[in-house]
Amino acid sequence: MALVKYNDRSLRNLTTAPAAVTGNSPGALVHIKTLTASSSATLTFLHGSSDVVFNSTYPIYKLVYTSMHPSQQSIFSFQTTTDGTNYNTSVTSTSFGAYQNEGGSDTDLGYEAGQDQANGTAFQGLMSFGSNIADNDAAFSGELTIFNPSSTTFVKHWMSDLNFYGGSNYSQRSQHAGYFNTTSAITGIQFKMINSGNIDSGTIKLYGIKDS
Amino acid sequence: MTLPTSGLITVNDRGARAATTFGSVAAAGGNMVFIKKLTASSSGNLSFVDGASSVVLDSTYKEYVFTFKDIHPASASKFSFNGSIDSGSNYNVTKTSTIFVAAHNEGDGDAALTYRTADDLAQGTGFQNLLSYGNNGTDNDQCLAGSLHLFNPSSTTFVKHFIARTNSYDNSDNYSIDSYVAGYFNTTSAIDAMQFKMSSGNIDAGDICLYGIL
Repeated sequence: MALVKYNDRSLRNLTTAPAAVTGNSPGALVHIKTLTASSSATLTFLHGSSDVVFNSTYPIYKLVYTSMHPSQQSIFSFQTTTDGTNYNTSVTSTSFGAYQNEGGSDTDLGYEAGQDQANGTAFQGLMSFGSNIADNDAAFSGELTIFNPSSTTFVKHWMSDLNFYGGSNYSQRSQHAGYFNTTSAITGIQFKMINSGNIDSGTIKLYGIKDS
Repeated sequence: MTLPTSGLITVNDRGARAATTFGSVAAAGGNMVFIKKLTASSSGNLSFVDGASSVVLDSTYKEYVFTFKDIHPASASKFSFNGSIDSGSNYNVTKTSTIFVAAHNEGDGDAALTYRTADDLAQGTGFQNLLSYGNNGTDNDQCLAGSLHLFNPSSTTFVKHFIARTNSYDNSDNYSIDSYVAGYFNTTSAIDAMQFKMSSGNIDAGDICLYGIL
């Protein structure tokens, strides 16, 4: 077979290459899927659907939400499924947050008992002491880490950290964590505004973290 | 010359080797580089020593991340760590640290956000606990997960900071405990090894992975 010659200009157009080209130690944070909200009632990552990987392929998964904008003032939330249909896994969780208003007249750090769960099956709120407003420039961003969702031995721990634009113009940082109290594998995760309304815009990216 | 803009192309190794640029090709997975995984199996401790068993813990990276997956102890106790400045001969570096937790039990009878003086260190050389307000439980489904960031461990000028967050399943009253730990190794010697263990008993199961951040 005759060799085809390519010059630098043609190679410059490449967008993918094997690991031998990209380095002997390719990165461990692997992008799996991006969902973009567009007046979306829910955003769902379900293993095996729409190219989503959410099983034992990775021991840790990270979800990053960027510039999420609700259609009306509401609380961002999530739940998981073990059967691919029902998002109602039992969860025990903690919730706390820090906030300050734009006027600088109100600050606090505290635990929020109204948003933790004790083996509850409801959607888990991810915004302490408030909710994200729907002004044009108001949005929230953050990330959620879930550990070994495919385990059939242990509970599944998770941690969330986000900042949102609260009512009456507050910057509010929310920390939530907990475990899904099940030894069944978790195969999907769903996000929505907990009270009402849609997610008008924003992206959620799913990553896997490799352990080899 | 007309260059192809779509369809399959074939470039052999020799041709690729001669190229000076590769467009938007990047290392898959970005800037987090896997270095080493240790799996516990009734282990007294798990140690990462620079230069041993393919471990890199030196100036190659400015930040290192340890992840903890399904850490399950043999007896109810606290997951903990320490550093070494002599390649793992001694794990007893001086530390000053803080720790606070959010905790909530399954019975919904207690919830708290509190600083934990019992588990911080003030120039202490003992192991730093990575949870407080309880212990890692030993029930079959109980475990701990989280991560620890270690910054610039090879510095011989500055102290070495660390930041950790774990979530654990306490054995008494079934608490979910979200623990935040931070501090610094108060030394200008390079940290070249890290060790993890339970405050008592073995680590029955679980993985610790080490990553470098480019």
